[in-house]
Amino acid sequence: MPLIPESGRAWLLDPTPASRMQARCGRWFRAWLGFRRNGLAMTGLGIVLLLVLMAVFAPLIADRQATTLQDLGNRLQPVSWHHLFGTDELGRDIFARVVFGSRITLTIVAMVAVIVVPVGLAIGLPAGYFGGIVDKVLMRITDIFLSFPRLVLALAFAAALGPGIENAVIAIALTAWPPYARLARAETLTSRRAEFIQAAELQGASALRIIATQIVPICLPSVIIRLTLDMAGIILTAAGLGFLGLGAQPPAPEWGAMVSSGRQVLLDQWWVATIPGLAIFIVSLGFNLLGDGLRDAGDARS
Amino acid sequence: MTDPLLTVRNLSVTYPGDDGDVRAVRNVSFTLGRERLGIVGESGSGKSTTGRAIMGLVGHPGRITADELRLGDTDLRGLSERGFRQLRGKRIAMVLQDPKYSLDPVMSVGQQIAETHRTHLRSNQRDAKRAALEMLEAVHIRDPERVYAMYPHQVSGGMGQRVMIAMMLIAGPDILIADEPTSALDVTVQTQVLAIMDELVRRRGMGLLLVSHNLHLVSSFCDRVLVMYAGQVLETCEAGKLSEATHPYTRGLLAALPRLGDRRAELPQLQRDPAWMADLA
Amino acid sequence: MIALEDVTIAYGTGPRAVAAVQDFTLAVPEGEAVGLVGESGSGKSTVLRAVAGLIPHAKGEITLAGVRVDRRRTTAQRKMSQMVFQDPYGSLHPNQTVDQILALPVAIHRLDRGEARIVQALGEVGLGREHRYRYPHQLSGGQRQRVAIARALILEPRILLLDEPTSALDVSVQAEILNLLARLRREYGLTLLMVSHDLAVIAHLCERIGVMTGGRLVEITSATAMANNQVTHDYTRELLRSNAGFDRSSVGGGEPIKASQD
Repeated sequence: MPLIPESGRAWLLDPTPASRMQARCGRWFRAWLGFRRNGLAMTGLGIVLLLVLMAVFAPLIADRQATTLQDLGNRLQPVSWHHLFGTDELGRDIFARVVFGSRITLTIVAMVAVIVVPVGLAIGLPAGYFGGIVDKVLMRITDIFLSFPRLVLALAFAAALGPGIENAVIAIALTAWPPYARLARAETLTSRRAEFIQAAELQGASALRIIATQIVPICLPSVIIRLTLDMAGIILTAAGLGFLGLGAQPPAPEWGAMVSSGRQVLLDQWWVATIPGLAIFIVSLGFNLLGDGLRDAGDARS
Repeated sequence: MTDPLLTVRNLSVTYPGDDGDVRAVRNVSFTLGRERLGIVGESGSGKSTTGRAIMGLVGHPGRITADELRLGDTDLRGLSERGFRQLRGKRIAMVLQDPKYSLDPVMSVGQQIAETHRTHLRSNQRDAKRAALEMLEAVHIRDPERVYAMYPHQVSGGMGQRVMIAMMLIAGPDILIADEPTSALDVTVQTQVLAIMDELVRRRGMGLLLVSHNLHLVSSFCDRVLVMYAGQVLETCEAGKLSEATHPYTRGLLAALPRLGDRRAELPQLQRDPAWMADLA
Repeated sequence: MIALEDVTIAYGTGPRAVAAVQDFTLAVPEGEAVGLVGESGSGKSTVLRAVAGLIPHAKGEITLAGVRVDRRRTTAQRKMSQMVFQDPYGSLHPNQTVDQILALPVAIHRLDRGEARIVQALGEVGLGREHRYRYPHQLSGGQRQRVAIARALILEPRILLLDEPTSALDVSVQAEILNLLARLRREYGLTLLMVSHDLAVIAHLCERIGVMTGGRLVEITSATAMANNQVTHDYTRELLRSNAGFDRSSVGGGEPIKASQD
């Protein structure tokens, strides 16, 4: 059962596209054909897609009320038909909490990505393109941020700004951007001397235009791959902050906080901490596999 | 030329592609005696692949088939990677275009030459070093002791290529395959490197297979020339008589070359005839 | 059209500066084609880059169409001279279609009739509509070089700078590109400054040839004189000999060959 009808496939694989749109779609489709052969990467993609679907359709999958509904008479119930993943120390349904927790995880991931990539590019691209004093100043700033231990800095920020999911995101983003700046700088340095950049310069393109139209398309793929591989770390940091009580605040169903609350009963009621822990593990693994696959696909093309 | 050093009969190299197999080399046959044989062709003609196939360097997923592929009395068909490793350097050697990529960057060039000697001739350290110094002298390096201690990044392109030749010839192979050995060098240095190669190959009675895209160079340097196109040998002729070549492809290539002192308003462009592909298919 | 006076170009600054080109003087009248030959490191490409405005010159004057220019140029000055690079793989953006590559100069200079210009430029270099939306990796080396030429021509420059435009191409493709350049030069009255290590290629396209070695212009003569061996400098003679192919008699049999500056 082909997903795309034969005529669409021919249109996509046409070696002589008739429009910019068709050329771009064809390029993506070819990349997809290569990516599709990589089983592990497809598994990763599946996990990430599943996470997104779960977050979007959470109200259809589980009962929103159940995430916060305390039922002390039913606390620490084991896995059963009524409570698929059991209940926690306040009698809340863990299944519902895990499902709705995916929304929090996804929010953190999306917000960090939205902050980290532009900041990294904004620092790294000019540093690599202009070099000299601009490079020195920007990279020293980056070094300062890099030299702080990541989790400790995030902790300090979260503690100073007050616990909460927004502050956790800011704390993580502040510590996560320096590697992106370095990556963007390194990619810029390698393409800086490329003849197509010189050609653009000769045509009279301004520095801003060269960076935006010539260098960004070169940097973006590696930045996105790096981001995907970093997602696991970001999710774990977020969970760590939640675990320490500096991330999302109760009663929000944040996975890290759920693991934390389950640790007193880890030996007798293992599922309370293990199930959200498993969720963190699977999602991190999914992002890692996806990132590796994207990297392989990128390597194959170049 | 009684007993050929190398016999190749109906050699084909096939790579599996998305749309069926791609035959990079098709039914190539030739013999190499104690002579200089040139292979010319444009990019994609299969000239380099032919050289690599003889060296056993066609990696997965490429497939080699041949009716005969013989180095002296050794059958190269189906020879294991280990078998090839023992042959390479000792009986058959290869010089590539850019010495930068062929030399180990963290080992002095002299040590690399000596190591080749030790591996193939099982000599001790002192003999190997002496042999390496002699070899450096043989490729006309003036101060062998100094160059011996130099690292690849410290030598120029021309000297690097001489070092490569020294390394390739130290174990006394029967055949040298040179794949565009001077394309990365300046024209005046090219002549020197070619002269050294020519001298050594002649003095040692070796066979030389020179792979190049440069018609001038091949016709002035070699004894015989194979002209390759689309994986096949279109024509074999005496190098000095390349200008009298009969095949329209060879003639087209020669005509398309700009010549000093012959300013034509327009260079005749090569018209490719599909029939050339079908010749031996 | 192009005039260089006592131009010295150095890499690096201060006491560590290395002069790549010294006291270079050359004048190219409008419509003429001048070629520079020399080996790598002779400074020939450096001269071209300084004329193009990619690198600054330390001393002397570069004048294009009567206007003194430097590394920093106005958009109008940029439009006047365009360059075709050696490597058809590296000079086109790998992630952009031919269409996008040609649209960039149109956008920079806010040219009118952008669509028509792109179609026309492609036609000029012998590429069809079917090539317009391809990516560079879907084109052959010769087609890529045609795109690079189209990109230079779309700005209607008066000066075309050529940096080894055919050395990465096969002989048969080289002939096509040389023919194309010769035709475009005739049709647009372009002034050419070309750099190559291949004497025959230079002599095919250019009327005058300058020979460079060690950062200096040692001889400048006509292509005809060069072909008739009427040269004065030893280095030029050596170049001519090498150009003729390998000559066993020219290199002494067993004698050690003079170690070059390596």
